[in-house]
Amino acid sequence: MNPSLEKQAVQSGGTTKQKGILSRAFAIREFSLLIIIIGCAILLSFLTPHFLTVPNLTTTAIGLAADGIIAVGMTVALVLGGFDLSVGSVMALSGVIAGSLYLGGVNIWIAAGIALVVGMICGLINGYFIGRVGLNPFITTLGMMSIARGASYVLTKGSPLSLAGISKGFKFIGGGQIFGFPMMVLIYLLIVVIMDFVLRRSVVMRQVFYVGSNEKAAALSGINVSKVKTGVFFLTGTLAAISGILTLSRFTVATPNAGMSAEMRAIAACVIGGASLSGGEGTILGSVLGVILLALVNNALILLNVSVYWQDLITGMILISAVLVDFLSHRSRFLRD
Amino acid sequence: MEKKVLLSIRNITKVFPGVKAIDQVSLDVKKGEVHALVGENGAGKSTLVNIISGVLKPDGGELIFDDQPYAPANPREAQARGIGLVHQETALCPHLSVAENVFLGRMPYKAGGLVDFKKAWLDTKKLLQNFSTDLNPKVKVENLSVANQQLVEIVKALSQDCRLLILDEPTSSLTDAETENLFRIIGELKERGISVLYISHRLKEVFRICERITILRDGVLVKTLNTSETNEEEIICQMVGRNIDHLYPAKKGGNGEEILRVENLSGQCFRDISFSLKKGEILGFAGLVGAGRSEVARAICGIDPLETGQIYLNGQKVRFNSYYDAIRARVAYLTEDRKNEGLFLKMSVVANLVVTSLRDVTHHHLVQQEKEQALAARYVEKLQIKTADLFQKMINLSGGNQQKVVVGKWLAIDPVVLFMDEPTRGIDVGAKTELHYLMRELCDRGIGIVLISSELPEIIGMCDRVIVMNEGCKAGELGGEEITEQNIMRLAATQSDQSA
Repeated sequence: MNPSLEKQAVQSGGTTKQKGILSRAFAIREFSLLIIIIGCAILLSFLTPHFLTVPNLTTTAIGLAADGIIAVGMTVALVLGGFDLSVGSVMALSGVIAGSLYLGGVNIWIAAGIALVVGMICGLINGYFIGRVGLNPFITTLGMMSIARGASYVLTKGSPLSLAGISKGFKFIGGGQIFGFPMMVLIYLLIVVIMDFVLRRSVVMRQVFYVGSNEKAAALSGINVSKVKTGVFFLTGTLAAISGILTLSRFTVATPNAGMSAEMRAIAACVIGGASLSGGEGTILGSVLGVILLALVNNALILLNVSVYWQDLITGMILISAVLVDFLSHRSRFLRD
Repeated sequence: MEKKVLLSIRNITKVFPGVKAIDQVSLDVKKGEVHALVGENGAGKSTLVNIISGVLKPDGGELIFDDQPYAPANPREAQARGIGLVHQETALCPHLSVAENVFLGRMPYKAGGLVDFKKAWLDTKKLLQNFSTDLNPKVKVENLSVANQQLVEIVKALSQDCRLLILDEPTSSLTDAETENLFRIIGELKERGISVLYISHRLKEVFRICERITILRDGVLVKTLNTSETNEEEIICQMVGRNIDHLYPAKKGGNGEEILRVENLSGQCFRDISFSLKKGEILGFAGLVGAGRSEVARAICGIDPLETGQIYLNGQKVRFNSYYDAIRARVAYLTEDRKNEGLFLKMSVVANLVVTSLRDVTHHHLVQQEKEQALAARYVEKLQIKTADLFQKMINLSGGNQQKVVVGKWLAIDPVVLFMDEPTRGIDVGAKTELHYLMRELCDRGIGIVLISSELPEIIGMCDRVIVMNEGCKAGELGGEEITEQNIMRLAATQSDQSA
């Protein structure tokens, strides 16, 4: 009845079939990233004998876990179409609070628990202003970033708190090992596995995708948008606090400077991993790979004796290249409509 | 006396990956002619318009404008040659004044590089006077009605010495009075020798103001006809490629038991509204844009706040504090703004269909992929949604199919009452008829539908009963033979003194 339409359907069906598995795999951001990471690792192992060693890999992995945990939360915030600038400061604040309470005579586990609750409250405050009141996430979390960082400085008077004589049990969660695997990395992986599953499968997280894709349509589909938003910022705050407590356990020092610009590194890692600042897109796996790539570059600079000051410069270039590649590969589609 | 040809389109072809969007299209637009371009969505109208206005480059064929070869590299070049395009959705800067929009990028300067606002205001005033309107050039565009915004777009195009004005679905968000005004303006343009290419789904309008009609179907030019030598029936047949015998399904509702009753509802934009809806009935909400029809529906569903009044669902008093409550009671509102409020354009067909019933496709709070795909597949099949597969992004579907997805997501909650706000706006004739038949079929299964529409033929063709609203009040109720264009317009457009 409609020959040209049929022809069109056959043609478009045909082209998708002609595409091989490989080109389809490369269309997935995570796969391309993985190849780049493996390529970098191979290159690095030829350039320096120190790269493929257990101590180097372990240190690098522990080092990226703190940023990685924050990036998991950031992924969800980006899917929502927002971001949380306060995570680095909340990470510092939670460490500082646990540290000061401990020095004030509180049991370290209770102190850590209270620090976790403080991180959650910071998240809820962000969530309340963004979700219920309707303030802009940039401004709200920028304010919270300053407040939490300021509170950390006030509590410590600006200098690091050393937690001498802290219990072995507490030191274990950030610095211990199980069968040679660092605890901190294991906790990070556990969070990744749980959050990846939840983000893909749970009803609540599905709602985050809907809100990020089109907030108005989500509200008019019966989704409680303000509740979803509040929940997401609660999550980013909670994960930031966990990261802060683990870092405290690892170094047994509470520094008000901890997590400096961790929010920017997390956003960069997520975007490299395929999350979109306009919301509705992003995967936990992507953020993990983004964090790994950035950590790898950092590691390479150290091993190759390049000044550490190059790190920010190169991170920035990787970020823009990733977004550029994404833009160019999508542009043909934009032009069609 | 034969008019001179202004724009000659010769064998224009445009290929998108895998699809020939338009194929060897040739047509002439004469000087001072109002020429209609009609066709279903996806017929290639937008592609053709985009080529003429310099947005896209053709893959074959040539354009002749004013006896000169014409191949615009970008929209600015097209404007410079005298081609103005007024989009379906206005593309103005809402925070700027009328004058600043009209002279966007071309504001007059004083010595020293300062903007000469006085000159811009005066010039804009002069241009506006041509259309006998008292629009103030200093007013911000965001404070204007859609009709006036459109007028600003037209004035903007004409201020650049435009000789061919392309109007893309100009009346889709205008009231009848505003449409009349637009037609008057088009008449004036014609007298000044300006040609108009008029794109519309509304054939009544096309027949009123156009001299010739060009029909596109699947990227191919079917025919160019003189308006005086054809009729609506023929045009529709040519557009769809088949006969549509019955534009509207037979009415048969109105005998079921009462399912929804509202008494003395008042809200922000309406006062003292009472009505009832029966099972299997289509109740129309007619009235001018801004009469408060959508607001009533939204307030009943708990989307907007309700000040006073009672709602009874199946005889039980209810009050929905949030839209979620209404959905749980299986009362749904299908928005008039499909793109901004109805769809997740970047998400898949599946995601869009299951959004309202996520909890039905779960097991232990986890979404089951097989279940959600089965649900989506069921509605794709039932509503005959044309899509390559379930994972196609919504943005790739045509308007009619997008609307079917919106309908599908509400069918998924198994509704008892469905408010449908302008459900067929901007979709083509074929899909429109399918939707109309679907609505009647839903009624046959016991759903009560409230149809809000600004298209009188749709209200008259579909509704068992009609409530006419006027300035936030119920102006009257019509049933059976009383549902006529005259009766509705009399109620809708009369200035009511008692409302003061």
